Amino acid sequence: MVDTIKVYPSKPAKVYFYGTCLVDMFYPDAGIAGVELLEREGIEVLFPQNQTCCGQPAYTSGYHDEARSVARAQLDLFPGDWPIVVPSGSCGGMMRKHYPDLFKDTTEEVKAAEVAGRVWELTDFLLNVCHIKLEDLGEPTTVAMHTSCSARREMGVAEVGPKLLGQLKNVNLVEQIRPEECCGFGGTFAVRHPEISGAMVSEKVDTLVDTGAKEFVTTDCGCLMNIAGYAEKNEKPVSGQHILSFLWARTQGKGGQQS
Amino acid sequence: MSETAEHTGHHIDVKEFHPRAQAAIHNPKIRKNFRSAMDGLMSKRKTAFEGWDLETLRDLGANIRMRALANLPDLLEQLEAKLTENGVKVHWAVDGDEACRIVRDICKARDARTVIKGKSMVSEEMELNHYLQEQGIEALESDLGEYIVQLADETPSHIIMPAIHKNTGEISQLLHDKTGTDLSNDVEYLTASARLQLREKFMNADVGVSGVNFAVAETGTLCLVENEGNGRMTTTVPPCHIAVTGIEKVVPTMEDVTGLLALLTRSATGQHITTYFNMISGPRKTEELDGPEEVHLVLVDNGRSTIYQDDELLDTLRCIRCGACMNHCPVYTRVGGHAYGTTYPGPIGKILMPHLIGLDEGRHLPTASSLCGACGEVCPVKIPIPDLLVRLRQESVDGDKLHPAKVRGHGAKRSSMEAMIWKGWAWMHASPGIYRLGTGVASKFRALQPSKAGAWTDYRTAPKLAAKTLHQRMKERGQ
Repeated sequence: MVDTIKVYPSKPAKVYFYGTCLVDMFYPDAGIAGVELLEREGIEVLFPQNQTCCGQPAYTSGYHDEARSVARAQLDLFPGDWPIVVPSGSCGGMMRKHYPDLFKDTTEEVKAAEVAGRVWELTDFLLNVCHIKLEDLGEPTTVAMHTSCSARREMGVAEVGPKLLGQLKNVNLVEQIRPEECCGFGGTFAVRHPEISGAMVSEKVDTLVDTGAKEFVTTDCGCLMNIAGYAEKNEKPVSGQHILSFLWARTQGKGGQQS
Repeated sequence: MSETAEHTGHHIDVKEFHPRAQAAIHNPKIRKNFRSAMDGLMSKRKTAFEGWDLETLRDLGANIRMRALANLPDLLEQLEAKLTENGVKVHWAVDGDEACRIVRDICKARDARTVIKGKSMVSEEMELNHYLQEQGIEALESDLGEYIVQLADETPSHIIMPAIHKNTGEISQLLHDKTGTDLSNDVEYLTASARLQLREKFMNADVGVSGVNFAVAETGTLCLVENEGNGRMTTTVPPCHIAVTGIEKVVPTMEDVTGLLALLTRSATGQHITTYFNMISGPRKTEELDGPEEVHLVLVDNGRSTIYQDDELLDTLRCIRCGACMNHCPVYTRVGGHAYGTTYPGPIGKILMPHLIGLDEGRHLPTASSLCGACGEVCPVKIPIPDLLVRLRQESVDGDKLHPAKVRGHGAKRSSMEAMIWKGWAWMHASPGIYRLGTGVASKFRALQPSKAGAWTDYRTAPKLAAKTLHQRMKERGQ
């Protein structure tokens, strides 16, 4: 499942930024934060305006013809050989791991594999390709982190978030129990099996609250809207943001609040 | 009873997954029993693999199983020849019903009235106990968990720990009600009482029925992994032993067993080795003082040879039935084993059962997963369970023209309404101009966004549309 051998490219002059549909519509601040972090590392960010969605919702629902037609529309967005960075383990996993399967036995097979090979989860890229050094300008705070299942298991970046947060001298990272357990999002799973998903997210929120942290960060907007949405509705004392928003705000002296 | 009027067994409607899952979720006892048991099993497994290069070992396990499956037809023939040479009678059953009839016929030929059983999931698949009961043959489970489940007239809720859904208090009450033991929370007392009752049954049973963990083709050896000694009693005390197993359990050599055994016990219960490891190579020889006079092996297909014909689905047959996937499954942990209504619950059940009962009957099984991947991560033989779930989802809606569905009952979940929604969704997301227009308009009129969004907002607030999309903001930045 996880790439056991990952060969990182050397730091490029440019990258393609694939924003994902959830970031596009609901969490554009997280996308902008990612862009700012990349630009501060001296990387030019190319944002193909024709990007839409990676196709994953249809893919995991079994509608592979539809997933393929949406994914096909993304394949032409990256004509140069620059890396493609994605602020999500889930969409990143779809493109890196599942595009080759989805286009197997089609005329786009080679192209899909080529695109897939250039896809990187953005925090992984910042840490292991840019070798980013973060200077914490924020007030002392305590946070917990939820790494999405796809970031952890498909993109193999479980260690990345904690390492980045570890660079922030005023940030105390605490770990909830069962950090590796799914929050219950799972895309259409959350609406197909609402009670099971609800039971999963309620336990996830309880474990986060138990850490004493008032906020958590995560690699994926799906988990974010699930966990933070549950906490908000049920008035639990924990709020969340995308890890990129947090990292950018901390290193801009804005105290870890969402810009 | 005629040959065609098949036995009924436990009739649980697989399609009723939702109400059962919901009931389990609102049952604090079920939630607590499973959560604490699964936490314990996960932690034991983790400890058991400390100091091992687990990834290399899993690669080894996967390769042993893949190699065995690649040569399955030849290995089965070799196994049959070797077992026959050893004096074991080999039978082939195309499905569970035929397997039941074979067991019955062996029993009838010996005029057997009582059968003692070691733990066997294939016999659960066959619903053998109910069948034998209908035939006037008493079948008693001797594995403690199975014994408890049988007393309660239930089915196993876990493939390794069949009675994991019950706590000590419930078990004590059950034993008291059914067998007259004293009420007690002393596990040793309860176990000793069950042992006492079973011991007598072992001595008087006409036939012993067991499962098989590994069947070694080269030597004709049936390996049985167990902790209670009931497996050894079942296979050695009664004058006749019938082993039942799926056709996929064969491996080429004894050396293959060592790697798989190391993975099996650690993955299942976190043990370095089980208390008993039985190697059965034939009936009692003339100079031997004990052991059964007759040994039979029933090789059960029951849909496996159909799975075998598909290069991707084939991986399902690698399974060595350790149960680690269910121990680590966040869905199984919440709903427990009975909610699935299938012989095999949890992730392995979700990818195996649709082949056994048809994807029409089991249409809800592949969807009951967040695709978190925990199952695939712990699987000792690296079955890509999440990928197979996606494949079965595709099959259940006939969703891929390039790779037409082939599993029995495929397409049963397809609804024209849902298909139309996905078509519309795909059209919008494959047309960048339309997408930008649509998302832009949604952002502009975000004040009109409803606060309710179906089942999502039963538990959570709705995500809030941003004032401007990332596309718009990047455009403003000149990107």
